Amino acid sequence: MFTQLAWRNIWRNPRRTAIILTAIFIGVFSMIIFAAFSRGMADGMVDNAIDNLVGHIKVQHPDYRSDPDISHRLPDPNAITAELKSLLPTGAKITPRIRVEGVVANARETAGVEIVGIHPGMEMGVSFIGDAPMDGRLIEDGDKNGIVMGAALADRFQTEVGKKLVLTTQQADGETGSRAFRIRGIYRSEIEATEKAYVFISYTAAEQLMGEKNCATEIAVTLPKEYRNGRLAPLVQKCRDALEPYHVSVNGWKDLMPAISAYLAMFDAFLYIWFVVVFIAMGFGIVNTVLMAVYERMREFGLLKAIGMRPSWIVRMVLGESFFLLAAGCAAGTICGMAVTYYYGHAGIDLGAFAQGVKMWGMSRVIFPAIEIGDVVAANAVVVVLGLVVSIYPAVKAARFTPVETMRQN
Amino acid sequence: MNAVTVSDVSKIYTQGDVKVMALNKVSLKVDAGEFVAIAGPSGSGKTTLLNLIGGLDSPDTGHISVNGKAFEKMSSGDLAELRLTQIGFVFQSYNLIPVFTAEENVEYILQLQGVGKKERKQRARAMLDDVGLEGKYDRKPSQLSGGQQQRVAVARSLVSNPTIILADEPTANLDSVNGESLLQTMREMNEKHNVTFIFSTHDAMVMEASKRLITMKDGAIAGDQVK
Ligand SMILES: Nc1ncnc2c1ncn2[C@@H]1O[C@H](COP(=O)(O)OP(=O)(O)OP(=O)(O)O)[C@@H](O)[C@H]1O
Ligand SMILES: [Mg+2]
Repeated sequence: MFTQLAWRNIWRNPRRTAIILTAIFIGVFSMIIFAAFSRGMADGMVDNAIDNLVGHIKVQHPDYRSDPDISHRLPDPNAITAELKSLLPTGAKITPRIRVEGVVANARETAGVEIVGIHPGMEMGVSFIGDAPMDGRLIEDGDKNGIVMGAALADRFQTEVGKKLVLTTQQADGETGSRAFRIRGIYRSEIEATEKAYVFISYTAAEQLMGEKNCATEIAVTLPKEYRNGRLAPLVQKCRDALEPYHVSVNGWKDLMPAISAYLAMFDAFLYIWFVVVFIAMGFGIVNTVLMAVYERMREFGLLKAIGMRPSWIVRMVLGESFFLLAAGCAAGTICGMAVTYYYGHAGIDLGAFAQGVKMWGMSRVIFPAIEIGDVVAANAVVVVLGLVVSIYPAVKAARFTPVETMRQN
Repeated sequence: MNAVTVSDVSKIYTQGDVKVMALNKVSLKVDAGEFVAIAGPSGSGKTTLLNLIGGLDSPDTGHISVNGKAFEKMSSGDLAELRLTQIGFVFQSYNLIPVFTAEENVEYILQLQGVGKKERKQRARAMLDDVGLEGKYDRKPSQLSGGQQQRVAVARSLVSNPTIILADEPTANLDSVNGESLLQTMREMNEKHNVTFIFSTHDAMVMEASKRLITMKDGAIAGDQVK
């Protein structure tokens, strides 16, 4: 009957109830939408970054990251690859690359770039180059003099598919080596900087350019979806232990991109601050409404106390009313929020209009809002828990009304 | 043991700078099963006295005890418990919870006492039948006449099997026919269940029907007559 009483009290003033329900609804709805949108944005950013020749796990010479020089290449990449194959779950894609700094030149221009020797077939679904939109085509495995360059760089070089480029870099023996290549394809990326940063040649061609067989500087691993976040760290540790004898460094993407990890952590904090801000706006409304409802019913509370209801029960009753409102508003807000996110999670939101600005930040043009159960739970918890907390004040007020005073107010 | 003992009780209300001596050294004993009317002009302290006996307010001086329990030794929680189990109230108006039906208004106090659902329903209906409201269980207070509302209040005050019922001008808002039948009901309850009734009134007919008539004037007892 407590519940009944609370429930019916809510409907005594339908207009007020509707207003407060709407406020709670909008609050929770906007929290969820905002969270999903920014998660989607963050996910897109992380995916882009991982696509950008990073991968989920990377095996490198311990000194390569501070000094990306061919002398810091991996010892025995074949053995390491075999070892990784046995350690990693099925579905993991493993590919060695040779990456060195060098200079690309034609008759007109010179530019510093990163030369990346790849197994083109193995880059599919691993890094952006595997399926980047392209004029011409991607190099093939074993192509001895084919090269692929970015559109922005090609513009600067005023060159096109079929023309020649010369690559110069330091070879494995420390001498400088040069080779001529023919442009097979010109790729486009969402991020202009990428187009200027990398040229791709086949692994074989890179071996020749380096004057050394099997001189991979890294082995990159792309994992199936379920291993990318929570289950990543143990997997990295497993690889680290197993590869101990090779004296290589094994890192997950969070270690490889500390700036992005830091951003993600900060992002979580912002999200919760946003939740609290939304709540504060809503909280005033809740206190006000409940307080109004309580003052209107002073006599009734007096009566209830006169017939022997304890103050603590009155507090409970008023909190019960708040709880109904909060629960109903939250449920509606959550359902609608999830439905909208679900829809856009598949359709995506095209930020084409802002694409220019977006590109700079390494974000995707199309954002797929992503629901995280944790965010939904947090939004609901914030609203319900804080909603009840702010209702304590009016509830205690109600419990304090003394029967004699309220009864005298005819 | 007296049902109610009031000894040397004074109550002063301060409103702004004005002090009102609502009760001035009132002493009174009521035995179990009595049917007592308190009469007196407006402002003579009838409501104040009833509120103090019910533990809704506390006296400035003097002692009150109900069924041998002295109020000054009781916490507010104890007092709430006492009201819940020993004392029934009928107020002049605004007795019922508007969102509850007649039956629920009566039932509610039983729930507060922790009585099981089935028994609650049964007792509430039986009590409503007793006060002449059979078949009106599902009406909300707004769908009942003033007299019927007062009957629900009487049923509510009685259903919890209290030993004492305090009623503040229970018939004041009723016409003489309704007033008389409500009074009739109260007397029946008094005789049937041996419940002590103390009620205030301005109504000569009600004074007539009482078995003991206490007259108040200026916060003091001016007359006490057992018939
Ligand atoms: N809460 C209060 N604050 C201030 N004065 C009060 C309060 N309650 C009662 N009084 C005063 O105390 C006196 C006694 O009031 P009380 O209500 O007991 O009279 P009463 O006999 O019940 O009158 P009535 O027949 O009009 O109901 C009155 O002068 C009244 O104004
Ligand atoms: Mg009075």
